[in-house]
Amino acid sequence: MSTGTGTFAGGVHPYDGKELSKDKPVRKVLPKRDLVYPMAGQHLGAPAKPIVAVGDKVLLGQKIAEPGGFISACIHASVSGTVKAITQHRIPNSGMAQSIIVENDGQYTPAPGVGVKRDYTKMTREEIRNAVKEGGVVGMGGAGFPTHVKITPKDDSKIDYIIANCAECEPYLTSDYRMMLEEPDKLITGLKVLVSLFPNAQGVIAIEDNKPEAIRLLSEKVKGEEKISVRPLKTKYPQGSERQIIYAVTGRKINSSMLPADAGCIVDNCDTLIAVYNAVCESRPLMRRIVTVTGDAVCDPVNLEVRTGTLYSELLEYAGGLNCEPEKIISGGPMMGQALVSTDVPVTKISSALMCMQKDEIAAHPASACIRCGRCVQHCPSRLVPQKMYICAVHGDLDGFEKLNGMECFECGACSYGCPAKIRLTQAFKQTRQAISARRRAAAAAAKAKQAAEEAKKAEAENAAKAGKKDGEVR
Amino acid sequence: MSQLLNVSTNPHVLANVTTKSLMRDVILALLPATIWGVIQFGPYALLLIILSIASCVATEYLWNRGFHKEQTIGDLSAVVTGLLLALNLPSGVPFWMPILGGVFAILVVKCLFGGLGQNFMNPALAARCFLLISFSGIMTQFPQPRFGAASTADGVSSATPLAAIKTAETLGASGQSLKNMFLGLSAGTIGEISALLLILGGIYLIARKVITWDIPVIYIATVAVFVFLFGQHHFDLTYVMMELCGGGLMLGAFFMATDYVTSPITPKGRVIYAIAIGVLTGVFRICGNSAEGVSYAIILGNVLTPLIERVTIPKAFGREGKKK
Repeated sequence: MSTGTGTFAGGVHPYDGKELSKDKPVRKVLPKRDLVYPMAGQHLGAPAKPIVAVGDKVLLGQKIAEPGGFISACIHASVSGTVKAITQHRIPNSGMAQSIIVENDGQYTPAPGVGVKRDYTKMTREEIRNAVKEGGVVGMGGAGFPTHVKITPKDDSKIDYIIANCAECEPYLTSDYRMMLEEPDKLITGLKVLVSLFPNAQGVIAIEDNKPEAIRLLSEKVKGEEKISVRPLKTKYPQGSERQIIYAVTGRKINSSMLPADAGCIVDNCDTLIAVYNAVCESRPLMRRIVTVTGDAVCDPVNLEVRTGTLYSELLEYAGGLNCEPEKIISGGPMMGQALVSTDVPVTKISSALMCMQKDEIAAHPASACIRCGRCVQHCPSRLVPQKMYICAVHGDLDGFEKLNGMECFECGACSYGCPAKIRLTQAFKQTRQAISARRRAAAAAAKAKQAAEEAKKAEAENAAKAGKKDGEVR
Repeated sequence: MSQLLNVSTNPHVLANVTTKSLMRDVILALLPATIWGVIQFGPYALLLIILSIASCVATEYLWNRGFHKEQTIGDLSAVVTGLLLALNLPSGVPFWMPILGGVFAILVVKCLFGGLGQNFMNPALAARCFLLISFSGIMTQFPQPRFGAASTADGVSSATPLAAIKTAETLGASGQSLKNMFLGLSAGTIGEISALLLILGGIYLIARKVITWDIPVIYIATVAVFVFLFGQHHFDLTYVMMELCGGGLMLGAFFMATDYVTSPITPKGRVIYAIAIGVLTGVFRICGNSAEGVSYAIILGNVLTPLIERVTIPKAFGREGKKK
């Protein structure tokens, strides 16, 4: 039924580095130090609001923060213990965020109700959505979009596809791959839970063809499932980007101002679906994360199951420590990840990897003059002209940048990766896009203020007219 | 960890390709044709090639030195310009000709416009056209290659195959053979005579992803169709093949029309550009005084490039339906 081509135009083929860790089974590790739960930076939207106070006892799986708005998510304790502080703490994106610090009592006493098995087929849609929301589930592919919002479109009947994004196109990452091999039933059940919400939907597990074992295993598991299928995709970065995977699977296209639901699709990452399963079927909120600790600077790359809030610095020892002083440490993969200023930042819901690099290629390659080779145009999955966007960006020409559809850029980094002159295209686009977003917000606020002022004026004039009328009547 | 960590935005890895590696590949791809040129035209041709490259590199070096700019000769682009210029010269020109051409290419066409990436014409071709206009006599004297079938009475210079075909009543009367033109056994500039070696170089560049197939293939096809329909000996396939193998077409198609700086980067723009220079080449060859036209066609195409790009900005992914 699906009409996608299994691939998209553009993209790049960086060294994938997956053989470092792909055959290492996931090892469960427990935190040794205090846990840090940031209110922002682990989901998209408004920061969460703490609902515990310093000194409070918390239990494993207890909700410790509530959503701070419609697009937001709640946060749960991943250990039992005592709230030690609520303070600013550094987070992986290098910023600071209000964080709840919990001292682990080492007991892992679960909160009441956590771990209670539920049969999703006997739950109403309302109950399922609520379970996802109360489980604090967010998109674990990196963006952290709250899943309960994603699975609540305007019209349930218009959703045709739930795509399980198991592409894992980001180099070096093997966490999703390991989960496909180790927890295939949970993944499939999670997908079935979401499919059950939509009368016309079918589930598609989309996997890049560099993971033949996962494709084989999942294809076997979904045999006989009416509404679930496996779709191999061509291996290419950024195949796992939402717009590209929708196109590869269904042939439908969305742009930056559309939601996947506008094309009848909902896309959820592999681990997100397992989180959905845990939240709905086992009453376990999102409080663990699979993290690949890898890179040429770690002695023994591993895949770890880590409790959210654990500090990155703790993870390094499970990978045998560092074999040198790394020049760069990244939260996430090398194409989309964020460079860390310190490893004393917590694992969040959206952490996927801790990558330590002996050498920083970026610093080793200063940018030189653009030779207009056009590789950026060939590589851009959004079919933009990065070469021209860059000229606008360095000249601060926001209008020109918008005219070139620069806001369609999702900063995948393919242009910078392939640039022979090593020009920092993605960096320039990131800054320019932020400037344009800020300008749009300011314009919207100004328009709102103007409208309010005009309304006030109108009301005043009306009042004055009424008063005048009265005067006339008196006369 | 005692030392500070490096921080930058994504991506944190880069492809192996650099400006220098691309230029090196172009030089490698040109080597077979260059060596054949030296075999055919003797050590003086080698001297011309060396002088041309040296002139280009020295000009860029002195420019950067004089204006306290970062030294850029290491990117090898000046070497490519010098090599291409020499390959576009007849082997009998005086030694100062490639020196003058090199200075013109680098100083006037490249550096004055802002250096690498800013020139609006291919420097080597612009210099060749400059020399062709200024010294048309010497620039159109083509010494006979060492190995070749046809030989003229004086044994010193002869018409190029294209010129012979153009003036001949019939194809047979021109005394040219397609085989000689394909293999590089007829008269011409130092680097253009062997279509075979140039095509091999072009295939190497396409296989190494240094250039894409679109511009050379569409350009050659356009010229083929044009001369097939409108040429002196039209509707004759042998004639069409001779037009393709003769003159600077193969050298131009694979090595100069594909010049990054001066060809469009938009997918549609590349098609328009290739067709435009193909038609121009056909017009110049058939209607012009000279039997040649590749150089002028390509530099005119270069000048059109910014305009072509402006009207061929692709529609972004997911925005195809919307106007503007």
